[in-house]
Amino acid sequence: MSGKKVVRVAGGQGFWGDWLEAPRRQVEGGQVDYLMLDYLAEVTMSILQKQKERDPNMGYARDFVGAMESVLDAVVNKGVKVIANAGGVNPEACAAAVQAMAAKHGAAGKLKIGVITGDNLLPRIDELLASGHELRNMDTGEPLSVVRDRVIAANAYIGSEPIVEALNRGANVVIIGRSTDTALTMAPLRYEFGWAADDWDKLAAGIIAGHIIECGAQCSGGNCLHDWRNIPNLADVGYPIVECSPDGTFVVTKHDNTGGRVSVPTVTEQLVYEMGDPHSYITPDVVADFTSIQLADGGTDRVKVHGIKGRAATDKLKVSIAYRSGYKAVGSLVYSWPDALEKAQMADRILRERLDRLGLTFEQVLSEFVGASATHGPLAGVGAGKDAPEIQYRIGVRDADKAKVERFTREIVPLVLNGPPSVTGFAAGRPKTEEIVAYWPALVDKTVVTTHVEVLS
Amino acid sequence: MKVRLLDIAHARSGDKGDTANVGLIALKPEWYDVLVKYVTEAAAVTHFTGVITGGVQRYELPNLRALNFLLHGALDGGGTLSLKTDAQGKVFSTAMLRMVIDVPDAEAKALALPAYTATV
Repeated sequence: MSGKKVVRVAGGQGFWGDWLEAPRRQVEGGQVDYLMLDYLAEVTMSILQKQKERDPNMGYARDFVGAMESVLDAVVNKGVKVIANAGGVNPEACAAAVQAMAAKHGAAGKLKIGVITGDNLLPRIDELLASGHELRNMDTGEPLSVVRDRVIAANAYIGSEPIVEALNRGANVVIIGRSTDTALTMAPLRYEFGWAADDWDKLAAGIIAGHIIECGAQCSGGNCLHDWRNIPNLADVGYPIVECSPDGTFVVTKHDNTGGRVSVPTVTEQLVYEMGDPHSYITPDVVADFTSIQLADGGTDRVKVHGIKGRAATDKLKVSIAYRSGYKAVGSLVYSWPDALEKAQMADRILRERLDRLGLTFEQVLSEFVGASATHGPLAGVGAGKDAPEIQYRIGVRDADKAKVERFTREIVPLVLNGPPSVTGFAAGRPKTEEIVAYWPALVDKTVVTTHVEVLS
Repeated sequence: MKVRLLDIAHARSGDKGDTANVGLIALKPEWYDVLVKYVTEAAAVTHFTGVITGGVQRYELPNLRALNFLLHGALDGGGTLSLKTDAQGKVFSTAMLRMVIDVPDAEAKALALPAYTATV
């Protein structure tokens, strides 16, 4: 327990691909204690697994090395600690890359890097299946054995425990693989305030603080529908910070003199994002109740959060499994006024007839008319796109047979010369055939997953 | 009186597999009960006809003056399988806000709900 009255955790990345400037801005714009960087979406692990197969030194979020470089001074000289799930399927290689970067700047030995492993279940799949863990798909109920030969990644979602351990052992940088996004924020609070492993309300508060800042600026004015025109200066948007107290209450804010907005509506939009049953937000550490959250305006760009309730965690961990699931390709053409939608619809009929004549059928064929109905479908109304200046015709196919998908990719561009008129937007040529790596969510008993913490210095 | 959700609520949506979630948030605290009363599961099923293939579940969050809708079968298989532009359900939020509900005139007037006049 640190005895601190307030701990500030800053969110610096909401996904792999987020704003490169954000981590540095978070440590330079004002005082923060922790920088939390979330790099992993559901399918990210499978991409990283493929990279590791090609090069055993890869398989982590490489953006993280640049992010660490941009905040190195704050970590070394201001005592800011960094917690990131950048390790992917190779946390050790990620740590080595960060150490090499630090050495280049004469800061070797200034970083104590906690490396957490044990989430990777890929080498253990057969052992788990053989011992009766069926790893059934949480959505469909099918046992994993159905797709076993196509599995390319399997990672358990790890909670706060090993991160707390790494901090206890003096780490100032913690690199983990597939942790839950929310544990990255809750763990330092638990470490600083000494919250017990069964202090459910406080753990739930930490998890909800994590949920609010895990998507970066999406809680501080980014992608915010409420009053969007008047949200100030998004070019200079401030990423979120939670100022947490030992009792589990916290304030969501951002640095002074940054753009964006933190208000009850911006925070509420983030709270409902990707929500399931709000009574039971299940994490490895605690089950949080989103219907207990109380928000109050705490002044300009400050929202107070209190009242959060939690209850005992379950005895399971969620497992994110990725498996090969066929191929897909999507191509598009743009038709111009007049009658852009009619032309695009004619192109669709022609293309589908040609696919029929080739005897090509697919598991799925989807046509969309961007500018008329692609995102809202029939809700856009019967007249939607009727007099549009242009319509993008977008068609995709999906199938287990790669050759069929390849053949499809050759049928789109010819329409430029042998289909309806006033067509453009084909500069990219034939679309690429992509292998689909699909997601298989499952549960496993907590007892079968053991994490390991190593602190490198 | 006709009331369009866009004029009384804001929203954000996301995905979990082949399910899109829409969090629908009242623009004024006193309008939350209108959402509870008129934006029912059945109303959402009707609204999303031809857009989703599965059912709808609704959860109430009076503390946030919000409703959470789970729209099943919304994303052509979801995630990497989906061929849709909106494979992750990001704009089901605004699709929901297109909904027009019928509120008795007296109730609408008492709550100062903005009237929606359809323009075709």
